[in-house]
Amino acid sequence: MTLKIIVKGKAKGKIMKSNNPINFLGAVDKKTGIIRDNKHDMFQKSVKDVILVFPHGIGSSVGAYTIYSLKSNGSAPAAMICTKADLSVVSGCALANIPFILVSQDDYDSLTDGDEVTIDTEAEKIL
Amino acid sequence: MELTKDEEAALKGESGETLQLAYRILVATGEATDAEKLVPIKWAHVSGVNYNTIGDAGEEFLSHLSKNAKVKVQTTVNPMGYDIDNVSNYNLDEEFIKKQESIRKSYEKMGTIPSFSCIPYEIFDLPEKDTQVSFAETNAAIYVNSISNLKTNKESAFSALASALTGKSPYSDLRKDLDSPNLTIRMKLDNPNELDLGMLGFFAGKIADSSVRISGVNKMDRRSCKSLCGGMGTSGRCGKFILDDKDADSEKVDFDKEEMKKIYDELNTTDSSDLITLGSPQLGLEELSDLTSMLKGKSFKKRCMIFCPRAIQNQALKLGYTKELERAGCEILSDCCTCLTPLIDKKNVDGVTTNSIKGAYYLKNSNGVDVNLKPLSKIVEEETK
Repeated sequence: MTLKIIVKGKAKGKIMKSNNPINFLGAVDKKTGIIRDNKHDMFQKSVKDVILVFPHGIGSSVGAYTIYSLKSNGSAPAAMICTKADLSVVSGCALANIPFILVSQDDYDSLTDGDEVTIDTEAEKIL
Repeated sequence: MELTKDEEAALKGESGETLQLAYRILVATGEATDAEKLVPIKWAHVSGVNYNTIGDAGEEFLSHLSKNAKVKVQTTVNPMGYDIDNVSNYNLDEEFIKKQESIRKSYEKMGTIPSFSCIPYEIFDLPEKDTQVSFAETNAAIYVNSISNLKTNKESAFSALASALTGKSPYSDLRKDLDSPNLTIRMKLDNPNELDLGMLGFFAGKIADSSVRISGVNKMDRRSCKSLCGGMGTSGRCGKFILDDKDADSEKVDFDKEEMKKIYDELNTTDSSDLITLGSPQLGLEELSDLTSMLKGKSFKKRCMIFCPRAIQNQALKLGYTKELERAGCEILSDCCTCLTPLIDKKNVDGVTTNSIKGAYYLKNSNGVDVNLKPLSKIVEEETK
């Protein structure tokens, strides 16, 4: 797997994989980490402590603050993996020190929802 | 990404904690978008001003940051949560006002211009063509890239703030002259109103990459342009559109009646409402002038909140629009906007009528109220007596 590491770090957790992009400001509760957009395929699930795998961020530029707030409130994902970069997600992860990785579409497709994985950006590996 | 010696040193922390943080953000966003370097920017527009959106964590972050941070370039700011002149008319608690005032002061301390507007392109003099700027607010980033001939990434609240503090931004694709979007959307509806164009923007944002070509749309008035930009910014990561009827060599997708109905059904959640809101993006002077003419001899049958920048409200007062609009039952608010307003609460409001696609998305998802979508002409026709 070829990883493009944007924010370094180590993380361990269960993959929560979505087929839909995420508008963090509109769709995620910044206190609890629960997805509140009833049109989203992860509606009512929480992003807390998971390895969040989704295509990319969309929408509001303030979504970066939502990610920072999630971290401050102890409800942030352990790491995020996307195929495309959205500056809200990238900068939110950079400020909150949440490991953030870009992967190719093929590698994205090989990640399975529910799998327990360990991420080590120094070793450039998802195990 | 290549950094200069000074940038490298700042990233290591040799120029202090604030600049280290700013460069960390610029390097992450630059690496993620394959930028080869940082370039100077002349104007930053930051979002993340409304306490309702950034919360306690954001308020504390800004309070800490502002102790040692000063902006290096002209920096304007997005709307906050209320208009201080009439906040007492709304049911907002003391705690909210205290936190919002702290945020306002933090930005002031950093040297920003207290514009509290999501339409900086309409209230400030624009720099010359091709000037590099750094705009966070999505409708504004798309507007200045597509209409005003300026160049910006579709920045985030933090990347624009980092640009404000350093005067720099990653040289990513939208800043270059790469005007070859890989997708063309063919507008198939004749004589679209601003609501139709907002839905076109929302549709385009969903399927476009970082830029998109739109064919079949001729000249748009400012209201329609703003609506399109607002819709596009809400649904996607696209930061620029090009209106072009030439048969471009790219994938083509039609926006027809059927596609429009899907977007309408996604965002229109009720047929009734107890409140009207106009503005998201905030209204400019032309729009207030239009509305004043449209409302001649009429008054709203229900509450109508109008959001505009303070600079516009001051002009409207002098021109007599304010008096006319208030006579027609409008509540005019400065410094804030429909989008993410704490002034509309599902405890007091069941449904909101608006012509704003951006407003509709956030009213539903953040405020939890139902939305009834109508173009302005229909709002005036059906909601006044």
